[in-house]
Amino acid sequence: MTKTADLDELYERYKTKAQAVGTEVYRFGTRYEALESLIPLLKKEGVADSAGAFAVCAAGPAIRSWEGAELSTIPGVHFEVTRELAAEALIGITEVDFALADTGTLVQDQSAVEQRLASSLPTIHIAILGTNTILPDKGALITRINPRKSRFIAFITGPSRTADIERVLTIGVHGPKRLIVLAVDESEGETL
Amino acid sequence: MKKDFKSSVSKAVHNATLTGALGKFSEAYKVNRQKAYEGIDFETLRETIAERKSYAAAHLDLMAQTFQINAEAAGAKVFRTNDPEEVKAYILKVARENDVKSVVKSKSMASEEIHLNDYLEKNGIEVGETDLGEWIIQLAGQKPSHMVMPAIHMTKEEVSELFSKEVNERLTSDIPRLVEVARNELRSKFLRADMGISGANIAVAETGSIVLVTNEGNARLVTTLPRVHVAIVGIEKFVEKFEDVVPVLTALPRSATAQLLTSYVSIITGPAQNTDGSMKDLHIILMDNRRTDMAADDKFKQALQCIRCGSCLNVCPVFRLVGGHVFGSVYTGGIGTILTAWFEEMQKSEDIQGLCLQCGNCKEVCPGKLDIPDMILEIRRRLVSQKGQTLVQKSIFSVVNNRKLFHSMLRTASLAGKPFTSGGFIRHLPFFLSELTEMRSLPAIAAEPFRDRFEKIAQPKQKEKIAFYAGCLIDFAYPEMGEALVKILNKAGFEVIFPQEQTCCGAPALYNGAWDVAAQNAIDNIKALTATDVSYVVSACPTCTVALKHEFLKTLDVEKKTEWVAQAQKLADKSIDFSTLVKKLVDDGRLNIAEGVELGKITYHDSCHLKRTLRVSEQPRELLQKAGFELSEMFECDMCCGMGGSYSLKLPEISAPILERKLKNIKETGAGTVAMDCPGCVLQIRGGFDKEGGKVTVKHTVELLAERLK
Ligand code: SF4
Ligand code: SF4
Repeated sequence: MTKTADLDELYERYKTKAQAVGTEVYRFGTRYEALESLIPLLKKEGVADSAGAFAVCAAGPAIRSWEGAELSTIPGVHFEVTRELAAEALIGITEVDFALADTGTLVQDQSAVEQRLASSLPTIHIAILGTNTILPDKGALITRINPRKSRFIAFITGPSRTADIERVLTIGVHGPKRLIVLAVDESEGETL
Repeated sequence: MKKDFKSSVSKAVHNATLTGALGKFSEAYKVNRQKAYEGIDFETLRETIAERKSYAAAHLDLMAQTFQINAEAAGAKVFRTNDPEEVKAYILKVARENDVKSVVKSKSMASEEIHLNDYLEKNGIEVGETDLGEWIIQLAGQKPSHMVMPAIHMTKEEVSELFSKEVNERLTSDIPRLVEVARNELRSKFLRADMGISGANIAVAETGSIVLVTNEGNARLVTTLPRVHVAIVGIEKFVEKFEDVVPVLTALPRSATAQLLTSYVSIITGPAQNTDGSMKDLHIILMDNRRTDMAADDKFKQALQCIRCGSCLNVCPVFRLVGGHVFGSVYTGGIGTILTAWFEEMQKSEDIQGLCLQCGNCKEVCPGKLDIPDMILEIRRRLVSQKGQTLVQKSIFSVVNNRKLFHSMLRTASLAGKPFTSGGFIRHLPFFLSELTEMRSLPAIAAEPFRDRFEKIAQPKQKEKIAFYAGCLIDFAYPEMGEALVKILNKAGFEVIFPQEQTCCGAPALYNGAWDVAAQNAIDNIKALTATDVSYVVSACPTCTVALKHEFLKTLDVEKKTEWVAQAQKLADKSIDFSTLVKKLVDDGRLNIAEGVELGKITYHDSCHLKRTLRVSEQPRELLQKAGFELSEMFECDMCCGMGGSYSLKLPEISAPILERKLKNIKETGAGTVAMDCPGCVLQIRGGFDKEGGKVTVKHTVELLAERLK
């Protein structure tokens, strides 16, 4: 387990790099605190039970722990992620496995198609990150992931972007326009 | 050079949108790239990449076999072929078997290399590019002009025009709005496509994985939404081990777009789940298309170390003027010239290889450590040895190979040229190229060459001897530079000798692919310069110094004149460029520069060969500052002046705007003098200011220092 001081330092480095590419990063002590922030966020963004306003949540330990709670009572929040729902979702929520401090990157085993749908089709992607799974860099990551076991490993560094028209940076082409990271200290890091 | 090629070049140069966009981009790129690499040891990184990639290239068969075993074990279907036609047929077969009506593609240069879109469309399958730039190009019916930024040559107005037609709605040129339109249009295509086609940025043999790098997120959708995924992988994409993706992923985004990492990287190993719960039908096509032949070629195997980052284009002074379309093929720029010569045919590169100035900028930044200019020279050499030289070239080089005749012609030229002289400037670099026949371009040959003036210089008696290698320009156009050099070296206690048998350094022949001529030049010079025992052989022309130190050896090796190699090595060891020698002499206390005077502002232009081949840039600056000049650095001080030997004659439409930019950067420093260490650059830049009527004094460092000695 990483020492608290190291963890704080890694978190700060991750946050700086992630913010530099447009990621919104927040830190919470417990899952419960994260949830308390998540609910008003969903409401504020206008999640509702209508096409274009759904929120889809792909299974993960934190999300599972919230399933029975207030989150599931919000209209438009779905815990099964289908192609149709994801295509009409405003928000997709997934839980990532690692983050890289040097580039501000999230890393997730997305072999399960729900994970890919929820993180690539909606307008806003909310990622739950265990603070203690932040690693310094790709070098530290590479021995912790195994492509033989994980068929689709995704690195996500900020929202979708392009500069293909006159080199002007524009956010949100084919993927999410916003990437919001909720870093939770309490969550156990799941390894791939 | 073909006429239509010439006209496409001048069209490109006069396309203000293109040159404006590329120019601005390349200027910003340099700064941003540097920032992106902060804290990273680029040399070590590229050493690793080059080593890992060249290992894979040297074991292509093993890589392909291992990859196939591992990818198939994970459930993918792997198809390996050398033949582009088979790639297309295979994809069509898979499409037919799966009743595919529409395809979405994420960016794949390999698919463009084989013109896949056309083929599928002719067979009734709808193909949609989904990378925004590629989609724009597809709608416009054009080819990409840059491997990372395919639509960089288009304006937002042109894009809005295209999109308006596509969505049947009058759109403004507001970029975020245009991107939104693309998002919506393409989203529906993603959702209804039956097949996704991608390329791969890396293929890992050890695990059978492919790695896709994008910013827009289209590759994620292409590989997730359709039932069938076909990945076309050029076999230069192999790395052996999974951990090898780390260096490539560290360099690729930084070099390509100056990002620490792109928004998305996907590592795919075997089929993953489809959205309906079934497993993906994943086909990986390993495409050779002459890459194996390339790997077997000693000179070109390094090309397989390319990670397709495009940074060589971003720093190329020619590319930023002409863009990609003049290259006429899918791959553009210097690396494109090489790939075209191989993937299509050597002959197709005949015109475009001539675009390279040999400035070496690309080599400096290439994360795969490719020596692009060297490979381009090799293409020239092979073209010439296949087809022989043109008649004009032959007659010229036969003159150059006969020193006496050559030098007497140059003397004659100085007289014949008189009526055309204007202010003492040579308007064109005449030497020994096709243009030698046009005597009118020889006006400013000095009335008396250095070799004759040398005899009249009274030198103090000295014990230590040094040989001066003048090179044609100083000998026949700028003898005063040679005199300045003798004066300085006398002060340092040398007796300068000038072996009269020295001749052309062979660079013009070499840069025109006539290696046999260059080899003869090398031998003549080796004989002349090693006859007397001297401490150094000094040259004040970087191109000549490069010849003495490196090219003679290389040329003799290629032309198999091995009996001369030992002497060539001896000569190489003794050879030194002017500024490095003088700096050394000053440091050793053998030479004293008068200090304590203020000579005003000066700016320094780095010559390509001095800076990037000989790695000399600080020495002349320190010397000039010591002499009392206040150094005011210009923007892009080490960007080529557009001279490039005969280049300014063959492609004046490119050379001229490059020079213009250089003059502008010089003027913007406000310095009254610009110094440089190359007589060729002096010729180009002085000529430019002369034509402009500008007031900047253009001098070789040797001239400025000769006046400042104690
Ligand atoms: S050597 Fe210079 S001119 Fe030639 S391709 Fe490289 S950057 Fe361009
Ligand atoms: S040759 Fe080098 S710089 Fe050019 S695209 Fe390839 S890796 Fe990049």
